[in-house]
Amino acid sequence: MSAARAEVSIVGVGLHPFGRHDPALTGMAMGARASRLALADAGVSWADIGYAVGGSNVSGKPDSLVGVLGLTGVPFVNVRNGCATAGVALATAANAIRAGETDLALVVGFDKHERGAFAASPADYGHGDWYGETGLMVTTQFFAMKDRRYLHTHGLSDRLLGQVAAKAFRCGELNPDAWRRKALTEDEIMRARMISPPLTQYMLCSPSEGAAAVVLARGDRAADLCQRPVRLAAAAMRTRRFGSFEVFAPWLPPQVGDSASVDAASAVFRAACVSPADVQVAQLQDTDAGAEIYHMAETGLCADGEQQELIDRGETAPAGRLPVNTDGGCLANGEPVGASGLRQVIDIVLQLQGRAGARQVPRQPRVGFTHVYGAPGVSACTVLTA
Amino acid sequence: MIAVDPGLFSSLDPPRLAGARCASCGTVTFPVQEGCARCAGTELAGVPLADRGTLWTWTVQAFEPKAPYRALEGGFTPYGVGYVDLGDVIVEARLLGDPACFEIGMPMRLTLLPLWPGPDGSPVVSYAFRPAGEDA
Repeated sequence: MSAARAEVSIVGVGLHPFGRHDPALTGMAMGARASRLALADAGVSWADIGYAVGGSNVSGKPDSLVGVLGLTGVPFVNVRNGCATAGVALATAANAIRAGETDLALVVGFDKHERGAFAASPADYGHGDWYGETGLMVTTQFFAMKDRRYLHTHGLSDRLLGQVAAKAFRCGELNPDAWRRKALTEDEIMRARMISPPLTQYMLCSPSEGAAAVVLARGDRAADLCQRPVRLAAAAMRTRRFGSFEVFAPWLPPQVGDSASVDAASAVFRAACVSPADVQVAQLQDTDAGAEIYHMAETGLCADGEQQELIDRGETAPAGRLPVNTDGGCLANGEPVGASGLRQVIDIVLQLQGRAGARQVPRQPRVGFTHVYGAPGVSACTVLTA
Repeated sequence: MIAVDPGLFSSLDPPRLAGARCASCGTVTFPVQEGCARCAGTELAGVPLADRGTLWTWTVQAFEPKAPYRALEGGFTPYGVGYVDLGDVIVEARLLGDPACFEIGMPMRLTLLPLWPGPDGSPVVSYAFRPAGEDA
């Protein structure tokens, strides 16, 4: 990072809660609401925004939002990178500020998914129709198979999946914006309907609806706009390299290597000059309970196999040494794909500002981390500092 | 018998999957690709893949997937899915056999998976792996 590089801070956040809403409420309308909430939180108006980036997987072209937010002529970039969409959108907007395009940017993500597991088109991912027709192109299968392999390789028990999901719903119970607000015991989770072993229905996140937005400012303006701006120390995105085991892969090489998450996380820590050991509160992509477990290691927050001890000691719960997904994560909020990464960022911002309410972690954290991962092997991470 | 995709098999009887080997780096892909994912080489030659391997990971698809999935004749029943390590390449596949006995590392062998009748009434087939100890 060169000395001349502009600092970027988050000065406003807005969330349209995730869940199931009125069928007539569009994804884009939720995006507009989240945007207005973020602008109000920052105390700025839409006309002040010099650059916007939006992400949605299925609910329309984000730049259409200018029709309801105001036709100011602002440059507005659309992003569509699967579950990593919002992370990529954030990085894109931050780079626009660093490049001197603007000193104030809005990032928004929204989606309104139909019920049930995602359906994907083989052609969209470069595969033949056979791959979908014969029933191999289902994201939940991948998560189950990656979990099975990971737990086996590192000698971890399936029970850990139940512990992670139970923690997510305990956090959801404390979060007024969460979709799933009822705590469930490990036993209830372990004995629930099997979706794809080892995953039961409560160990997998559901596609949902919602929107999230943040306002970014160049560092020298942040203090004027926000009492406690949170510095976006770095944001990074990576696609998969050869050998990674990713969603929608008909084949793998025999020497399986690191995932896109490993690369995105190491790049972001390097750019932020922060070590994973410095992280005091984290958000990790928990499309399923197992994903939270292996993403802890892939992002460098712990060693492979160390998860059992950390989770048994409660270290990833809000009161622990390394709180993970304190708003309940994807498991308790569901996943509107385009918005999910911004929900993560908002949770960390609230934690670093000390305004996370009942789920506030006890020792005022100063370093936070977010990580998203999506098909067909993309990851985006941020380091946020108080 | 017709393959669900003409690129999947190098032969149907006996069944062998069709891979491609990169002339530059030796990487084996499945199915055939025109470019190498490892070295970006563009000279790849067709190669039949091994019909035996070991189970690398597995799960069961317990709910009926949305389209473009097509159920087998007779409707949806839960089915096994896994990755099978063939030595040169690890291949994703439908699994036949009792999931209760699936275990990482167990020997597997290739078999045909009848899907549905084709336009002329002959069966359309894909591929699957089953535990090597089981009868076809």
